[in-house]
Amino acid sequence: MEKIKIEKLSLVFGKGKSKALKMLDEGKSKAEILEATGCNVAVRDANLTINEGEIFVIMGLSGSGKSTLLRCINRLIEPTTGKIFVNNDEITRMSDKELLNIRRTELAMVFQHFGLLPHRTVLSNVAFGLELQGINRVDRDKKAEETIELVGLKGYENQKVSELSGGMQQRVGLARGLANAPEVLLMDEAFSALDPLIRSQMQDELLLLQEKMQKTILFITHDLEEAIKLGDRIAIMKDGVIVQVGNSEDIITNPADDYVKSFVENVDRSKIVTAGTIMFEKPKLARLKKDGPAVVLRTMRDIGVTSLPVVRTNRTFLGFVKIEDVVDLKKKEIKTIESIIRDSVMTVNPDTTVEDMLPLLSKTNLPIPVVNEDNHLLGVVTPTSLIAETTGKDTIEIDEIIQKAIAL
Amino acid sequence: MIIGQYIEDGVNWLTDNFSGVFDGINTGMSSLIQVIESVWIGLPFYVTIALFTGVALWKAGRSNAILTLLGLVFIYFTGFWEETMQTFSLVLASAIIALAIGIPLGIWSAKNRTANSIIRPILDFMQTMPAFVYLIPAVLFFGLGTVPGAFATIIFAMPPVVRLTSLGIQQVPEDIVEATKAFGATPQQLLVKVQLPLAMPTILAGVNQTIMMSLSMVVIASMIGAKGLGEIVLQGISQLRIGLGFESGLAVVLLAIILDRITQNLGTKQKK
Repeated sequence: MEKIKIEKLSLVFGKGKSKALKMLDEGKSKAEILEATGCNVAVRDANLTINEGEIFVIMGLSGSGKSTLLRCINRLIEPTTGKIFVNNDEITRMSDKELLNIRRTELAMVFQHFGLLPHRTVLSNVAFGLELQGINRVDRDKKAEETIELVGLKGYENQKVSELSGGMQQRVGLARGLANAPEVLLMDEAFSALDPLIRSQMQDELLLLQEKMQKTILFITHDLEEAIKLGDRIAIMKDGVIVQVGNSEDIITNPADDYVKSFVENVDRSKIVTAGTIMFEKPKLARLKKDGPAVVLRTMRDIGVTSLPVVRTNRTFLGFVKIEDVVDLKKKEIKTIESIIRDSVMTVNPDTTVEDMLPLLSKTNLPIPVVNEDNHLLGVVTPTSLIAETTGKDTIEIDEIIQKAIAL
Repeated sequence: MIIGQYIEDGVNWLTDNFSGVFDGINTGMSSLIQVIESVWIGLPFYVTIALFTGVALWKAGRSNAILTLLGLVFIYFTGFWEETMQTFSLVLASAIIALAIGIPLGIWSAKNRTANSIIRPILDFMQTMPAFVYLIPAVLFFGLGTVPGAFATIIFAMPPVVRLTSLGIQQVPEDIVEATKAFGATPQQLLVKVQLPLAMPTILAGVNQTIMMSLSMVVIASMIGAKGLGEIVLQGISQLRIGLGFESGLAVVLLAIILDRITQNLGTKQKK
């Protein structure tokens, strides 16, 4: 179900917005508009749908408009044009009172620099949102204590937040957001100010919490690794424009433009790309009952391979046959290939990552069969494509390297 | 000379047309001052000394408490106790009024850009104009006595607290303000729960400054008939009695140090 919907949202800073908006409609570039009107286009025609219960990551470099877009959702920044809906209520048309209410109950926010009140204790910081709602002290402290326990800060209730480390402060920030029991969490570079180790730990904990809570989380980051780790879906922004939306594998295997490509270049693809993406679907097969050695041999010669996967007629995977065994069999005039199947083969499923498949190469030079839970063969991953995926070189380049190596 | 003429005309016009208002202010202020004065002059000196020393011990630590005790005992033995209490009462009354006007003004100028651009030049004017100049309209509005002294003092002492209140609120980190708004705070909640508490050390520095400036002005205000230590200093000057002038001047200095030490530490935590 959709939770947040952003429609044709644009945001322009500066005077003379109407002219800038007109130029925006005409499709003029950000630089042209800046030159002609002095207006800075922060977000341009953004359209997004965020589903209930998902972690949606908006990624981009600084100045890409990602944080600005996030702030439009609770109207900390007013969008110039466009609509935003939360639960089908149009945020962009709400009165001040309705807006206060939705900020208090539905849209909690977690900030990069925490935004905690340094003069207060952990407990009263966490209870702050409830305090603003006018909930009495006993109730709000009780709720805050529960939330503090949830984020692992039990025992720190009466410490001043200024005495805590960055990681702990952000836990307080997270707890403050959660104490309101909001449906949506807006997280603005929430972990960017933390040490790498603490950051990774917080990411893990957020994912754990999310399993329990099933909130809708909108997470802003400039770090692709973080986006991939957290995001069910990712939107990439550049110069105020959303360039691509998709899950992490979409973005890595199929970058929409050079900008996204340059982003994903340095990502360790082997952790993200899975067998399902790089396998050859419907590979040539040897069928146990139907195909004898002669047929198998001809198939092998047709496509120039030295081995074939063997399946039962219902596509249950059995193992591989190798060309030398088949030739042998044919000489002996045995009609069935059953005796030469090599069944001590490791199989993987479509979700296995490249990283996890690589070690299998050391055990075999056969293709790696990809099977589903019923052990039906879905496809094969060849060693060459596995290496291509890891090194980023294409198969032709790899062949060249092999030829050179042989020549040596 | 033309500007001076206009100012004179303006002040005359005010005294002619708003004499009722000034009389009202006069009555109000003089009764406030009288109440405060009757308390401090009415209290036996040892109770007052104990009170001051206690507050100093609570807020400013042991060494400042000892300083307070010794200073007040010294003043008592100079024989200017009553005058000191008069001066203190006048400082207290002026400072209370200056703060009551100054803090809201400071908040307003922090929150409103237009207000800020109007208030700032007025503050510059108030602070740089030689203090004696305020004595003239004060006399025209209120005649001679304690009230015009308080009036001039209020005008002279108000700018620091306005400025520092405004500065303190503007210095509250933007991310905290934003976070507060994001959780659905009304402007009032933002002010009361976040901006004022976080600006408090700066505001209290302003309070301290205002009190110190009040003290320096009430001494000058004795030229237009304000009672207290200033009167004695003035006597010392007019009669060329250096001993008298020095003794009363020393009492002013001691009172200033004591008030400064105590109010300087208002914003910090209690010292143990």
